[in-house]
Amino acid sequence: MDWKSSAEAVIIGAGIVGVSTAYYLAKHGVKDVVLVEKGTICSGSTGRCGAGIRAQWGTEMNCRLGIAALDIFEQLDDELGMSIGLNQGGYLLVAYTDEEKETLRKGMLLQNSLGIQSRQITLSEAREICPGLAAEDATGFFFHARDGHADPFLTTFAYLEAAKRLGVTCHRNTTCTGVTVRDGAVRGVETDKGPISAPIVINCAGAYSQDIAAMAGVELPNWAERHEILITEPVAAGVCPCMLMSFSGNYYIQQRPHGSIICGMSPDGRPEDHDNGTSWQFVEKMSRVLAKLLPRTRGIRVARQWSGQYDMTPDAQPVIGETDVKNFYHSTGYSGHGFMLAPVAGKILAQHITGGKPDIDFTMLDYRRFARGEHIMESNVV
Amino acid sequence: MSTSPETKEKIYVCRCEEITLEEIDEWIDRGYDTVDELKRVLRVGMGPCQGRGCQDIIMREIAKKTGKPITEVAPMRVRPPVKPVKIGLLADGGEK
Repeated sequence: MDWKSSAEAVIIGAGIVGVSTAYYLAKHGVKDVVLVEKGTICSGSTGRCGAGIRAQWGTEMNCRLGIAALDIFEQLDDELGMSIGLNQGGYLLVAYTDEEKETLRKGMLLQNSLGIQSRQITLSEAREICPGLAAEDATGFFFHARDGHADPFLTTFAYLEAAKRLGVTCHRNTTCTGVTVRDGAVRGVETDKGPISAPIVINCAGAYSQDIAAMAGVELPNWAERHEILITEPVAAGVCPCMLMSFSGNYYIQQRPHGSIICGMSPDGRPEDHDNGTSWQFVEKMSRVLAKLLPRTRGIRVARQWSGQYDMTPDAQPVIGETDVKNFYHSTGYSGHGFMLAPVAGKILAQHITGGKPDIDFTMLDYRRFARGEHIMESNVV
Repeated sequence: MSTSPETKEKIYVCRCEEITLEEIDEWIDRGYDTVDELKRVLRVGMGPCQGRGCQDIIMREIAKKTGKPITEVAPMRVRPPVKPVKIGLLADGGEK
């Protein structure tokens, strides 16, 4: 592919956030966009994620972003001209203490006030949604039928192919080595393949965003946190039709339409590194959770395990918006929820950059909130 | 193996996920000329055999279509376990 040494906008990172931002920018008229990706498409956190999509959140901002993303996901096949593997089996949240049940109930009331039709259900209703569920020790169940999961690979490729048709270019295997700033404004990027001049640069580098920000002299208190995950061989549908998730139980489990079961849990402590390593301890621990919660999975085989990085922020909420450097933007820090929020995140940032009014006001997601001590605390995270 | 246009029969490269040579060629033509990207978009090599059956064929196809020597085509990352293991077995093993 021919090298493009100038563009209207450069986006660093071709994960789901980068490609959706590129697509919506092009759709809003900024067609000469260059994506710079240090690896291959989907080689970072997107291609390693648990694929979940939900609107059951504990803060108003996340609820608004979550339901707006669902609205987009539901018509994305038609918009992008390619199947994204959407499966809306709902998210079934499981509480194990009265305190957790109360937190989830408060979340539900907030969700309901914002038009999200989540509801509290009984154990027997939960068993109808997820047959064979062994959760007698649970104190409460919450369900939202429109939640679910999609294929992160297909969604990313679908966005990128659609963006390319609108004029977007993608330089793979190209590492951003510098962000050029002059007179307080961004002027382009340096890469290992050569410089690209551009009046707009967007940092969508996920777990590496803090490094990219530092290149422009912007301090971002984000970090990369390693999370492990596994997938089973494909089996007949119906083993786990919903996304089964518990914050205190520390698990999420779902079955993809092609039959494989994907599940993960949070790590012990905070493994802060870029190492996508795996451990046998995780497979054993996860298998014990599966065998207890869904006993009929005992005969199903684990096919593969891997890990990926959450791009964490101090309050587990994203960072979206312009920085102290003019026209240098962040769209990062999704803290494990980048895939599910990317469609709306790309859209609202593109609306903002092209001078329109964003569908959702994201002023409060400004990265300077950390310095001001205005953290937005979210309870509903694994 | 023939890839001539008159080949009427479908050639299955990845038997676990039932992916044909035609599909692989289509995505290489779109610019996704790495085993990793083909794996992500088509699921080749993601079945129970973990690419043992298809990876060499895919690497050869990439080399042929891009003109790169096969030594420059990167294989996919090997992920544990080596062979699929039952969840019950894993759950009962380890620490008591």
